[in-house]
Amino acid sequence: MTVSYDNSKAVYEGIKAAGIRSISALPETWLGLLLQRAEDDPDMTLIQVAKEEEAIGIAAGAHFAGEPHLLLMQNHGFLAAINGVVSLAQLYHIPLCMLIALRGHWGEPYPWHTRGGMVTEEVLRALGIPFEHARDPDRVASQIREAYTYSRSSLWPVALLLTRDLMEEYP
Amino acid sequence: MERARCIETIYPELADKLVVTIMGACAQELYDLGHQDNFFYLQHAMGLASSIGLGLALHRPEEKVVVLDGDGSVLMNLGTFTTLARYRPPNLVHIVFDNGSLLSTGGFESHTASGVTDLAAIARGAGIEHVASADDPMSFGEAVIEAFERDALSVIVARVRAVGPDHYGMDLHLPENAFRFARHIRDSKLAREAAATS
Repeated sequence: MTVSYDNSKAVYEGIKAAGIRSISALPETWLGLLLQRAEDDPDMTLIQVAKEEEAIGIAAGAHFAGEPHLLLMQNHGFLAAINGVVSLAQLYHIPLCMLIALRGHWGEPYPWHTRGGMVTEEVLRALGIPFEHARDPDRVASQIREAYTYSRSSLWPVALLLTRDLMEEYP
Repeated sequence: MERARCIETIYPELADKLVVTIMGACAQELYDLGHQDNFFYLQHAMGLASSIGLGLALHRPEEKVVVLDGDGSVLMNLGTFTTLARYRPPNLVHIVFDNGSLLSTGGFESHTASGVTDLAAIARGAGIEHVASADDPMSFGEAVIEAFERDALSVIVARVRAVGPDHYGMDLHLPENAFRFARHIRDSKLAREAAATS
Protein backbone atom coordinates (compact mmCIF):
# COMPACT_ATOMS: atom_id res chain seq x y z
CA MET A 1 0.00 0.00 0.00
CA THR A 2 1.33 3.42 -0.97
CA VAL A 3 0.05 6.97 -1.09
CA SER A 4 -1.56 7.64 -4.47
CA TYR A 5 0.58 9.94 -6.58
CA ASP A 6 -2.17 10.62 -9.12
CA ASN A 7 -4.85 11.33 -6.53
CA SER A 8 -2.53 13.55 -4.47
CA LYS A 9 -2.01 15.48 -7.69
CA ALA A 10 -5.79 15.68 -8.24
CA VAL A 11 -6.27 17.07 -4.73
CA TYR A 12 -3.50 19.63 -5.17
CA GLU A 13 -4.85 20.72 -8.55
CA GLY A 14 -8.27 21.06 -6.91
CA ILE A 15 -6.79 23.35 -4.27
CA LYS A 16 -5.19 25.51 -6.95
CA ALA A 17 -8.35 25.52 -9.09
CA ALA A 18 -10.32 26.78 -6.08
CA GLY A 19 -8.12 29.88 -6.12
CA ILE A 20 -6.28 29.01 -2.91
CA ARG A 21 -2.70 30.25 -2.71
CA SER A 22 -1.98 29.75 0.97
CA ILE A 23 -1.90 26.54 3.03
CA SER A 24 -1.14 25.81 6.66
CA ALA A 25 -0.34 22.22 7.45
CA LEU A 26 1.19 19.62 9.65
CA PRO A 27 2.74 16.93 7.46
CA GLU A 28 1.73 13.28 7.68
CA THR A 29 2.01 10.29 5.35
CA TRP A 30 -1.19 10.76 3.32
CA LEU A 31 -0.49 14.48 2.94
CA GLY A 32 3.20 14.11 2.05
CA LEU A 33 2.94 14.22 -1.74
CA LEU A 34 0.45 17.08 -1.56
CA LEU A 35 2.75 19.11 0.65
CA GLN A 36 5.70 18.36 -1.61
CA ARG A 37 3.77 19.95 -4.47
CA ALA A 38 2.91 22.96 -2.32
CA GLU A 39 6.54 23.35 -1.31
CA ASP A 40 7.74 23.20 -4.93
CA ASP A 41 5.08 25.65 -6.14
CA PRO A 42 6.37 29.25 -6.26
CA ASP A 43 2.78 30.55 -6.32
CA MET A 44 1.84 28.84 -3.05
CA THR A 45 2.57 30.04 0.49
CA LEU A 46 3.02 26.96 2.69
CA ILE A 47 3.18 27.39 6.45
CA GLN A 48 4.03 24.26 8.39
CA VAL A 49 3.13 24.29 12.07
CA ALA A 50 4.47 22.51 15.14
CA LYS A 51 0.96 21.62 16.31
CA GLU A 52 -2.32 21.85 14.42
CA GLU A 53 -4.01 24.36 16.73
CA GLU A 54 -1.49 26.96 15.53
CA ALA A 55 -2.94 26.54 12.04
CA ILE A 56 -6.33 27.74 13.27
CA GLY A 57 -4.69 31.01 14.37
CA ILE A 58 -2.75 31.30 11.10
CA ALA A 59 -5.96 30.68 9.13
CA ALA A 60 -7.67 33.45 11.09
CA GLY A 61 -4.77 35.79 10.32
CA ALA A 62 -4.95 34.86 6.62
CA HIS A 63 -8.71 35.46 6.64
CA PHE A 64 -8.29 38.89 8.22
CA ALA A 65 -5.62 39.60 5.60
CA GLY A 66 -8.12 38.73 2.84
CA GLU A 67 -6.10 35.74 1.61
CA PRO A 68 -7.83 32.50 0.45
CA HIS A 69 -6.43 29.87 2.81
CA LEU A 70 -6.74 26.12 3.35
CA LEU A 71 -5.76 23.87 6.27
CA LEU A 72 -4.31 20.40 5.79
CA MET A 73 -4.10 18.07 8.75
CA GLN A 74 -4.68 14.55 10.00
CA ASN A 75 -7.85 13.83 11.98
CA HIS A 76 -5.81 13.42 15.18
CA GLY A 77 -4.40 16.89 14.55
CA PHE A 78 -7.92 18.19 14.16
CA LEU A 79 -8.79 16.62 17.53
CA ALA A 80 -5.76 18.45 19.00
CA ALA A 81 -6.97 21.76 17.54
CA ILE A 82 -10.53 21.77 18.81
CA ASN A 83 -10.30 24.64 21.29
CA GLY A 84 -8.96 26.88 18.55
CA VAL A 85 -11.76 25.77 16.22
CA VAL A 86 -14.41 26.47 18.87
CA SER A 87 -13.02 29.49 20.72
CA LEU A 88 -11.46 31.32 17.79
CA ALA A 89 -13.09 30.26 14.51
CA GLN A 90 -16.63 29.61 15.72
CA LEU A 91 -16.66 32.30 18.41
CA TYR A 92 -15.56 35.02 15.97
CA HIS A 93 -17.19 33.63 12.79
CA ILE A 94 -13.98 32.95 10.94
CA PRO A 95 -14.20 30.54 7.98
CA LEU A 96 -11.97 27.47 7.95
CA CYS A 97 -11.64 25.22 4.91
CA MET A 98 -10.12 22.05 6.37
CA LEU A 99 -8.88 19.04 4.41
CA ILE A 100 -8.56 16.29 6.99
CA ALA A 101 -6.88 12.92 6.41
CA LEU A 102 -9.33 10.41 7.88
CA ARG A 103 -7.00 7.86 9.41
CA GLY A 104 -8.20 4.97 11.56
CA HIS A 105 -11.30 4.35 9.48
CA TRP A 106 -12.60 1.34 7.48
CA GLY A 107 -9.64 -0.89 6.51
CA GLU A 108 -7.19 0.70 8.93
CA PRO A 109 -4.34 -1.72 9.67
CA TYR A 110 -2.64 0.37 12.38
CA PRO A 111 -4.13 0.01 15.89
CA TRP A 112 -2.96 3.47 17.03
CA HIS A 113 -5.13 5.26 14.49
CA THR A 114 -8.35 3.41 15.25
CA ARG A 115 -9.80 5.38 18.18
CA GLY A 116 -9.37 8.70 16.41
CA GLY A 117 -10.92 7.24 13.28
CA MET A 118 -13.98 6.11 15.19
CA VAL A 119 -14.72 9.47 16.80
CA THR A 120 -13.83 12.01 14.10
CA GLU A 121 -17.22 12.20 12.36
CA GLU A 122 -19.12 12.27 15.67
CA VAL A 123 -16.90 15.10 16.94
CA LEU A 124 -17.50 17.05 13.72
CA ARG A 125 -21.25 16.55 14.14
CA ALA A 126 -21.10 17.60 17.80
CA LEU A 127 -19.30 20.80 16.78
CA GLY A 128 -21.83 21.52 14.04
CA ILE A 129 -19.15 21.39 11.37
CA PRO A 130 -20.49 20.38 7.94
CA PHE A 131 -18.39 17.66 6.27
CA GLU A 132 -18.22 15.41 3.26
CA HIS A 133 -16.03 12.43 2.36
CA ALA A 134 -13.71 12.69 -0.62
CA ARG A 135 -13.45 9.25 -2.26
CA ASP A 136 -13.45 9.90 -6.01
CA PRO A 137 -10.49 11.64 -7.70
CA ASP A 138 -12.83 12.95 -10.40
CA ARG A 139 -15.01 14.67 -7.79
CA VAL A 140 -12.42 15.94 -5.34
CA ALA A 141 -11.65 19.24 -7.09
CA SER A 142 -15.28 20.31 -7.07
CA GLN A 143 -15.63 19.16 -3.45
CA ILE A 144 -12.69 21.37 -2.45
CA ARG A 145 -14.17 24.33 -4.31
CA GLU A 146 -17.56 23.73 -2.69
CA ALA A 147 -16.04 23.36 0.79
CA TYR A 148 -14.15 26.61 0.36
CA THR A 149 -17.21 28.44 -0.99
CA TYR A 150 -19.38 27.16 1.86
CA SER A 151 -16.85 28.12 4.56
CA ARG A 152 -16.76 31.66 3.16
CA SER A 153 -20.51 32.07 2.85
CA SER A 154 -21.28 30.55 6.27
CA LEU A 155 -18.27 32.08 8.07
CA TRP A 156 -17.83 28.72 9.73
CA PRO A 157 -15.46 25.74 9.69
CA VAL A 158 -16.10 23.17 6.94
CA ALA A 159 -14.30 19.84 6.60
CA LEU A 160 -13.55 17.61 3.63
CA LEU A 161 -12.44 14.18 4.85
CA LEU A 162 -9.76 12.58 2.68
CA THR A 163 -10.47 8.85 2.74
CA ARG A 164 -8.39 5.71 2.22
CA ASP A 165 -10.16 5.13 -1.12
CA LEU A 166 -8.76 8.42 -2.38
CA MET A 167 -5.33 8.61 -0.74
CA GLU A 168 -4.04 5.02 -0.90
CA GLU A 169 -3.46 2.60 -3.72
CA TYR A 170 -2.32 -1.00 -4.01
CA PRO A 171 0.33 -1.36 -6.68
CA MET B 1 6.70 47.76 35.92
CA GLU B 2 3.01 47.55 35.09
CA ARG B 3 1.63 46.21 31.80
CA ALA B 4 -1.01 48.98 31.65
CA ARG B 5 1.77 51.62 31.72
CA CYS B 6 3.72 49.74 29.04
CA ILE B 7 0.68 49.62 26.76
CA GLU B 8 -0.03 53.29 27.43
CA THR B 9 3.56 54.16 26.47
CA ILE B 10 3.34 52.42 23.10
CA TYR B 11 -0.33 53.26 22.37
CA PRO B 12 0.39 56.29 20.12
CA GLU B 13 2.68 54.07 18.00
CA LEU B 14 -0.04 51.47 17.42
CA ALA B 15 -2.33 53.64 15.26
CA ASP B 16 -0.70 52.57 11.99
CA LYS B 17 -0.13 48.92 12.92
CA LEU B 18 -2.25 45.76 13.16
CA VAL B 19 -2.51 44.75 16.82
CA VAL B 20 -3.58 41.36 18.20
CA THR B 21 -3.94 40.97 21.97
CA ILE B 22 -4.63 38.05 24.26
CA MET B 23 -7.68 37.83 26.50
CA GLY B 24 -8.60 39.53 29.71
CA ALA B 25 -6.51 42.20 31.36
CA CYS B 26 -4.24 42.88 28.40
CA ALA B 27 -7.19 43.33 26.02
CA GLN B 28 -9.06 45.52 28.49
CA GLU B 29 -6.11 47.79 29.14
CA LEU B 30 -5.65 48.43 25.41
CA TYR B 31 -9.39 48.89 24.86
CA ASP B 32 -9.63 51.39 27.73
CA LEU B 33 -7.07 53.64 26.01
CA GLY B 34 -9.46 53.90 23.07
CA HIS B 35 -10.54 51.19 20.66
CA GLN B 36 -9.39 51.34 17.06
CA ASP B 37 -10.49 49.06 14.23
CA ASN B 38 -6.88 47.92 13.77
CA PHE B 39 -7.06 46.15 17.18
CA PHE B 40 -8.20 42.52 17.51
CA TYR B 41 -8.80 41.11 20.97
CA LEU B 42 -8.55 37.31 21.18
CA GLN B 43 -10.79 36.79 24.20
CA HIS B 44 -10.30 33.02 24.28
CA ALA B 45 -8.29 30.31 22.49
CA MET B 46 -5.26 30.99 24.68
CA GLY B 47 -1.95 30.68 22.88
CA LEU B 48 -3.12 31.59 19.38
CA ALA B 49 -2.54 35.37 19.35
CA SER B 50 0.97 34.91 17.97
CA SER B 51 -0.33 32.44 15.36
CA ILE B 52 -2.90 35.03 14.19
CA GLY B 53 -0.05 37.56 14.08
CA LEU B 54 2.02 35.18 11.94
CA GLY B 55 -0.87 34.63 9.52
CA LEU B 56 -1.39 38.37 9.23
CA ALA B 57 2.29 39.22 8.86
CA LEU B 58 2.97 36.64 6.14
CA HIS B 59 -0.05 37.68 4.06
CA ARG B 60 0.17 41.47 4.55
CA PRO B 61 3.91 42.12 4.37
CA GLU B 62 3.32 45.86 3.93
CA GLU B 63 1.72 46.12 7.39
CA LYS B 64 3.54 46.10 10.74
CA VAL B 65 1.92 43.53 13.02
CA VAL B 66 2.16 43.72 16.82
CA VAL B 67 1.12 40.86 19.10
CA LEU B 68 0.53 41.62 22.80
CA ASP B 69 0.93 38.20 24.41
CA GLY B 70 1.33 36.91 27.96
CA ASP B 71 3.25 34.19 29.78
CA GLY B 72 0.17 32.05 30.47
CA SER B 73 -0.92 32.17 26.84
CA VAL B 74 2.50 31.65 25.30
CA LEU B 75 3.14 28.67 27.62
CA MET B 76 0.08 27.02 26.01
CA ASN B 77 1.68 27.32 22.57
CA LEU B 78 5.47 27.25 23.00
CA GLY B 79 5.77 25.71 19.55
CA THR B 80 4.79 29.11 18.16
CA PHE B 81 8.33 30.39 18.78
CA THR B 82 9.67 27.65 16.49
CA THR B 83 7.10 28.42 13.78
CA LEU B 84 7.89 32.15 14.02
CA ALA B 85 11.60 31.34 13.80
CA ARG B 86 11.08 29.14 10.74
CA TYR B 87 9.14 31.74 8.74
CA ARG B 88 10.60 34.87 10.44
CA PRO B 89 8.21 37.51 9.05
CA PRO B 90 10.21 40.77 9.17
CA ASN B 91 7.09 42.82 9.93
CA LEU B 92 6.10 41.03 13.16
CA VAL B 93 6.79 42.29 16.69
CA HIS B 94 5.83 39.78 19.40
CA ILE B 95 5.62 41.35 22.87
CA VAL B 96 5.18 38.92 25.76
CA PHE B 97 4.12 40.47 29.06
CA ASP B 98 5.39 38.06 31.70
CA ASN B 99 3.63 38.58 35.02
CA GLY B 100 4.20 35.03 36.27
CA SER B 101 0.48 34.66 36.67
CA LEU B 102 -2.68 33.34 35.05
CA LEU B 103 -4.15 36.66 36.16
CA SER B 104 -7.27 36.77 34.02
CA THR B 105 -8.30 33.19 34.75
CA GLY B 106 -8.05 33.37 38.54
CA GLY B 107 -4.63 34.76 39.45
CA PHE B 108 -2.86 31.42 39.78
CA GLU B 109 0.92 31.31 39.48
CA SER B 110 2.22 30.35 36.03
CA HIS B 111 5.40 28.35 35.39
CA THR B 112 7.38 31.58 35.05
CA ALA B 113 6.51 32.79 38.57
CA SER B 114 9.49 31.13 40.25
CA GLY B 115 11.94 32.77 37.86
CA VAL B 116 13.58 29.51 36.75
CA THR B 117 11.91 29.62 33.33
CA ASP B 118 13.20 32.27 30.94
CA LEU B 119 10.82 32.89 28.03
CA ALA B 120 13.37 35.09 26.25
CA ALA B 121 15.88 32.23 26.36
CA ILE B 122 13.22 29.88 24.96
CA ALA B 123 12.57 32.33 22.10
CA ARG B 124 16.31 32.58 21.43
CA GLY B 125 16.68 28.81 21.59
CA ALA B 126 13.86 28.47 19.08
CA GLY B 127 16.05 30.43 16.67
CA ILE B 128 14.67 33.95 16.87
CA GLU B 129 17.55 36.38 16.43
CA HIS B 130 16.18 39.61 17.90
CA VAL B 131 14.98 38.89 21.42
CA ALA B 132 15.02 41.53 24.17
CA SER B 133 14.19 41.31 27.86
CA ALA B 134 12.86 44.36 29.68
CA ASP B 135 12.40 44.82 33.43
CA ASP B 136 11.83 48.58 33.57
CA PRO B 137 9.92 51.18 31.52
CA MET B 138 13.11 52.64 30.02
CA SER B 139 14.42 49.33 28.67
CA PHE B 140 10.90 48.37 27.50
CA GLY B 141 10.49 51.65 25.60
CA GLU B 142 13.90 51.30 23.95
CA ALA B 143 13.26 47.67 22.98
CA VAL B 144 9.91 48.57 21.42
CA ILE B 145 11.30 51.53 19.47
CA GLU B 146 14.08 49.32 18.10
CA ALA B 147 11.65 46.54 17.22
CA PHE B 148 9.23 48.91 15.45
CA GLU B 149 12.10 50.34 13.38
CA ARG B 150 13.77 47.02 12.69
CA ASP B 151 12.90 45.17 9.49
CA ALA B 152 13.17 41.78 11.18
CA LEU B 153 11.13 39.54 13.46
CA SER B 154 11.43 40.79 17.03
CA VAL B 155 10.41 39.32 20.37
CA ILE B 156 10.30 41.36 23.58
CA VAL B 157 9.73 39.69 26.94
CA ALA B 158 8.64 42.33 29.48
CA ARG B 159 8.58 41.40 33.15
CA VAL B 160 5.52 43.08 34.69
CA ARG B 161 3.61 42.96 37.97
CA ALA B 162 0.57 40.69 38.25
CA VAL B 163 -2.03 43.43 38.33
CA GLY B 164 -4.94 44.14 36.03
CA PRO B 165 -7.87 46.51 35.61
CA ASP B 166 -10.63 46.79 38.23
CA HIS B 167 -13.33 46.24 35.60
CA TYR B 168 -13.97 44.17 32.48
CA GLY B 169 -16.27 44.82 29.56
CA MET B 170 -16.30 46.21 26.05
CA ASP B 171 -18.97 47.83 23.94
CA LEU B 172 -17.92 45.53 21.12
CA HIS B 173 -19.29 42.08 20.25
CA LEU B 174 -16.63 39.50 19.45
CA PRO B 175 -17.70 38.87 15.82
CA GLU B 176 -18.11 42.64 15.38
CA ASN B 177 -14.46 43.04 16.40
CA ALA B 178 -13.44 40.40 13.83
CA PHE B 179 -15.57 41.92 11.03
CA ARG B 180 -14.32 45.46 11.64
CA PHE B 181 -10.70 44.28 11.89
CA ALA B 182 -10.93 42.45 8.54
CA ARG B 183 -12.67 45.45 6.95
CA HIS B 184 -10.00 47.81 8.24
CA ILE B 185 -7.27 45.64 6.68
CA ARG B 186 -9.13 45.43 3.37
CA ASP B 187 -9.74 49.19 3.29
CA SER B 188 -6.13 50.01 4.10
CA LYS B 189 -5.00 47.63 1.33
CA LEU B 190 -7.35 49.34 -1.14
CA ALA B 191 -6.12 52.77 -0.02
CA ARG B 192 -2.52 51.69 -0.54
CA GLU B 193 -3.30 50.37 -4.02
CA ALA B 194 -5.18 53.58 -4.92
CA ALA B 195 -2.28 55.70 -3.68
CA ALA B 196 0.17 53.59 -5.71
CA THR B 197 -1.77 54.01 -8.95
CA SER B 198 -2.62 57.72 -8.59
